[in-house]
Amino acid sequence: MKQTLLSGGLMLVASAAMADTPVLTVYAPDYFTSEWGPGPKIEAAFEETCKCDLQYLAGDLLPRLLLEGGRTKADIVIGLNTDVTKKARETGLFAPHEQDTSALTLPIEWTDEVFLPFNWGHTAFVYDNTKIDSPPTSFEALLNSDEDWKIVLQDPRSSISGLALMLWVKAVYGDEAQAAFAKLAPKVLTVTKGWSESYGMFTDGEADLVLSYTTSPAYHIIAEGDETKSAAIFDEGHYFMTELVGKIADTEEPELASAFMDFVLSETFQEMIPTANWSFPAKLDDSKLPEGFKKLNMPEKALFYSEDQAAALRDEALEEWLTAFSQ
Amino acid sequence: MTGTRISGGLVVLLLIFLTLGTLVAVGLRAEDLSGLGRRDWAAVRFTLWQAALSAAISCLLAIPVARAFSRRQFWGRGVLITVLGAPFILPVIVAVLGLIAVFGRTGLVSQFIGLFGLEPVQIYGWHGIILAHVFFNLPLATRLILQGWLDVPAERFRLAQSLNFLSADMFRHIELPLLFRVVPGAFMVIFLICTTSFAVALALGGGPRATTIELAIYQAFRFDFDLSKAAQLALVQFAVGGGLAIASLWFRGPRGQGAALDRVVSRRDGSVWQDALWILLAAAFLLVPLVMIGVKGLWGVSELPDSIWPAALRSVIVALVSAGLTVALVLPLALLAQSLRKGGAAVEAIGYLSIAASPLVMGTGLFILTFAWIDPILLALPVTVLVNAAMSLPFALRALMPGLTQAEADYGKLALSLQITGWARLRWVILPRVRRPLAFGAALAAALSMGDLGVITLFANPEVQTLPLALYQLMEAYRMDAAFAAALLLLTLSLAIFWLIDRGGRVDVDA
Repeated sequence: MKQTLLSGGLMLVASAAMADTPVLTVYAPDYFTSEWGPGPKIEAAFEETCKCDLQYLAGDLLPRLLLEGGRTKADIVIGLNTDVTKKARETGLFAPHEQDTSALTLPIEWTDEVFLPFNWGHTAFVYDNTKIDSPPTSFEALLNSDEDWKIVLQDPRSSISGLALMLWVKAVYGDEAQAAFAKLAPKVLTVTKGWSESYGMFTDGEADLVLSYTTSPAYHIIAEGDETKSAAIFDEGHYFMTELVGKIADTEEPELASAFMDFVLSETFQEMIPTANWSFPAKLDDSKLPEGFKKLNMPEKALFYSEDQAAALRDEALEEWLTAFSQ
Repeated sequence: MTGTRISGGLVVLLLIFLTLGTLVAVGLRAEDLSGLGRRDWAAVRFTLWQAALSAAISCLLAIPVARAFSRRQFWGRGVLITVLGAPFILPVIVAVLGLIAVFGRTGLVSQFIGLFGLEPVQIYGWHGIILAHVFFNLPLATRLILQGWLDVPAERFRLAQSLNFLSADMFRHIELPLLFRVVPGAFMVIFLICTTSFAVALALGGGPRATTIELAIYQAFRFDFDLSKAAQLALVQFAVGGGLAIASLWFRGPRGQGAALDRVVSRRDGSVWQDALWILLAAAFLLVPLVMIGVKGLWGVSELPDSIWPAALRSVIVALVSAGLTVALVLPLALLAQSLRKGGAAVEAIGYLSIAASPLVMGTGLFILTFAWIDPILLALPVTVLVNAAMSLPFALRALMPGLTQAEADYGKLALSLQITGWARLRWVILPRVRRPLAFGAALAAALSMGDLGVITLFANPEVQTLPLALYQLMEAYRMDAAFAAALLLLTLSLAIFWLIDRGGRVDVDA
């Protein structure tokens, strides 16, 4: 009880001190708000113009929103992935973004009026080009390769990129997905919970190929001056991934929230994305990208399932994945 | 004694709330009921199987190692025992990368046997999980079993030596009964730790064959947002854990070693070379992966960001407060379990519940119960400290109970006849006898809290970063070198804090 009173008191004091400056609460994933993520720079840039205090709450976005429901404190939610937007939309918590998405620089057409993309990339297998001379040029070539390549993947049940791989295979192979998974399985060294473990194993030299993003080599090129990491580009196309931002409908700061949505597609915001988020900005002319991004291998074709298609395929694809990998 | 009983009762209530209460909160919040499927039951079976095997191997290997340590006194022994405990307190991801550096495809072992033209060793698969679990838990098993040896009064060994007991006689008359008393408890604790394992099973398991209950809970929660299923799986985990905790209490053999003078044991039986070999093997298995982490970590030290220091300081504070809280919780609980003629075993079993608890369910339950009233950000550190203390409590309790039982058996009647009761009895009769295990429990709690990833992402506060969180964020940002340096810092701090607290309890008098 004392604790409750104390915390309540602290909150009163805090809100009194902040009374003059309105607060915009932004829910964001952990990686986003860390000092090595894009969060801090975005906060500083937005606060320069908004006369407000932008505060992040970090953590699991969707579970938190679903638990809080209408009582959520969020004004903005940033960092949602397309695989969770269906559930997020069904909460009815989000308002339309009211942005013009006709000039986005995505490889696919974007018509969603609620969730606004702020970055993008593709899933890809990343390899060390000093060790692999002739990387696979298609999914088919990878699956049928005689090379003794060892691959590390992420689990689709615990990782966004792992889920994207599952959908990628589904998009390429359709009804033959299970057979494709079965060919992939013997080449897989292990499956990790998240991307970090996999990528750590790859940079340690334990694995030859890692499931990552077409933009991963950009980090090594720009931050480390290391051009030995490349993404293998597949003829069948690569699965498109984007992170989204949404505005909470009954926010107490509707003007600030709208101002933030305007800010997302501004050049200031978008120019921060490549080297803070290590992905492509959603609306930025190619000429304004850092040099390192121009060196990246890019696929001709992006594969993508809408949230309804993905939701319809998900359970079946997971069952196929589990069956193939449990053999 | 009523004061102790009331505070013991309060601790019991708190633990039931944190474990079962949070589970009920999650279950009630579920919108619709769903049953467990074939895959879920496969996960349950796999979890039990690997946990039993991991615990059995850890305990079997720990027996000769603990005996070697108990029989030999040598320079640096104390420090070595502490350092060997390190794997247990490492963040999983760091330990896994350390193990891969030794046992992986390009690891030391593979490189060495490659010199003889052999194929690299294959760590990925169920044996990888067992290897990692033994790596994590051998130190704990060794410490718990060694504690059993140290609880035997030195006078008994002196007497045995004066009777010209051989090593085999010593084993039959003193050590075997001792093992019957401590090994079931150690087995149970390690079994429970392995049932909640998650990241290890995934990273080294080689694929979804190695799905544990904790991963199924994570999937239900994150992938399907199916709270009903998450709660049911957590309940299955409890049933298994609780059942085993109670079963292990039946195994507790009779005690009564006779009163002693707290002398240091000095023994001359057994083969020195055999003991040395066991200690060397254990040290090599446990320390080489740590050295590999150290070597990698040194590379990245210059890349550590300045913000790592406040994060480290915050982690140290969380660790110390958690350790204090663990002691404050475990003493009344152990005294209550000890003083009850009926139901003592049940009280003790409740003390072990939190190892079988799913941190994910506990965190979600606490969030559901509090978010409407209190800002989760304000709760970030208090919840971390509380959950860390509850999670460390079983280890402290396990270490404390045997010593406490013995102190009561040996001195309880004497204290009663002298009418030493209440605080005086605790201060002068009990605490001096259990100082060593109590300090060990506190040290363990501190070290575990250092390595813990802030328990729950739902309560994360981006302004209040801890060292393990910084480590993960560095990895997420591709900064693997700096992440290894942060891991080295975490490892060093955890060990230092463990050693300092543990040593506080091991200042001995040698008559």
